[in-house]
Amino acid sequence: MKKAEENIFKVFMIIAALIIIGLLLFILGTIILKGVPALSWNMITKLPGGGFYLGREGGVLNAIVGSLYVIAGAVAISIVISLPLVMYINFYLPHKSPLAGIVRFSFDILLGVPSIVYGAFGFALMIFLGMRASLAGGIITVAMLITPIMMRSFDEATKLMPRDLPDSLLSLGSTKYEMIKVIMRQLMPGFVTAALLATGRGIGDAATVLFTAGYTDNLPGSLSQPAATLPLSIFFQLGSPVAEVQNRAYASALILTFLILILSFAARYFSSKFSRNRL
Amino acid sequence: MTGTNHKIRIESLNVNIDGQHILKNIDLTIPGREITCVIGPSGCGKSTFLKSLNRMHDENPDVNVSGSIFVDNQDIYDRNINVIDIRKKMGLLAQHPCPLPMSVFDNVAYGPRIHSLDSKKEISKTVEHYLRLAGLWDEVKDKLHSSAAPLSLGQQQRLCLARGLATEPEYILGDEATSSLDPISTKKIEQLFVTLKEEYTIILVTHILRQARRLADYIVFMYLGEIIEAGPADEFFNNPKQQLTKDYIAGSFS
Repeated sequence: MKKAEENIFKVFMIIAALIIIGLLLFILGTIILKGVPALSWNMITKLPGGGFYLGREGGVLNAIVGSLYVIAGAVAISIVISLPLVMYINFYLPHKSPLAGIVRFSFDILLGVPSIVYGAFGFALMIFLGMRASLAGGIITVAMLITPIMMRSFDEATKLMPRDLPDSLLSLGSTKYEMIKVIMRQLMPGFVTAALLATGRGIGDAATVLFTAGYTDNLPGSLSQPAATLPLSIFFQLGSPVAEVQNRAYASALILTFLILILSFAARYFSSKFSRNRL
Repeated sequence: MTGTNHKIRIESLNVNIDGQHILKNIDLTIPGREITCVIGPSGCGKSTFLKSLNRMHDENPDVNVSGSIFVDNQDIYDRNINVIDIRKKMGLLAQHPCPLPMSVFDNVAYGPRIHSLDSKKEISKTVEHYLRLAGLWDEVKDKLHSSAAPLSLGQQQRLCLARGLATEPEYILGDEATSSLDPISTKKIEQLFVTLKEEYTIILVTHILRQARRLADYIVFMYLGEIIEAGPADEFFNNPKQQLTKDYIAGSFS
């Protein structure tokens, strides 16, 4: 009887794992099968020319560059907010501080807010500030979307740190700031993971940038100009009645996937250099 | 090392944690340049006592400390005292070795660097000096610039000792500093303490009675947050005055 229990549970675990792997393979397979034939050098080096969405020549360089600009700005803003906040609630506030609880709870709720709501909120904010759809608007709105993810993942990574480390540093006569500088080395891989999670979420989101970053066939020349993004580019190409353009949407999705892959490898590489002496 | 009247005088020290009275009216004088062992059963407040000596209780708002601790005739709980200076002066060797996430060299150089004790040229001499003092130099001299994490526990603890000594403390506090080590490493650390007492005042918390017998010049016996008996080790072990002490030494409870 115990043996049967064990086996049934094992089967469930294996099925669950297979479903996840299968789903990933299915999505990747679709993108690759439909995308690779449409992928060309032009796709990543050219701007969409006139009639691109109706099947004419061109590429999605506008969206690649725009997406990179938006996510770089958003991640930078998000780190600047999350990092000090996480250090503050973990190392400056007392252990059972109600303020830390309130902060964590607020971010847990913000985590569940749909991205279209951030988009609408960002749009309202921009109207209030008299801004037009622009790179700056996109950056701010995507930063709002990803900061809860960044902050909560930073926070969880920080909680997993060996508790003896802060005490040893303090007992050597470190100030809190000196202590945090050392702790950062220990936490770097966790922080990179958090930043990557946030990047993946932010770079792939369409609803936040729809009203705020706008869309353009050109490269954004300044923060106040609109910027194209890959998710919206995919959306517009999929909306085309021309089958060839629809396939290009899959090629764009492939490009987006590769971008995330490259960013992940690069970030992991640099973080392992930085923290090779971790405990 | 300043002055010859190295000593610690504690006056009516009371510590409350979360409303619980952990240390009760401690009055004690700890002699300088000797090894003082604080012994007693688990939960008697030994570690709490040690933490009040380098003001680590400051980090926890649930802990309330009252009374005075005079180190070299200076009350370390005085409002005008900088807690950083106190912690630099009172080097702590914790129960579990915790190397910093840096190379072996940087671990030892950490204290001198943050306290600006040495110039850049001198620092490698300092590191070598303290690693030799901790008896670790020969084992790590070829891997000074690799991580401290792969060292054995015993090596890590000696590294922590070297790191603490490099900060140039005048007192060494040991919180069951050998309890997670193997017998050989324990012996090495104990021998180090005996060497170090010529220059430092050493206060060790231990629950191992035999260790206290081996090392102590002076004994403080605590039970349920109170000092039951304190005195020179010979007197304490050979001629205890309190019944509780006699029972503890005899092993009736531990």
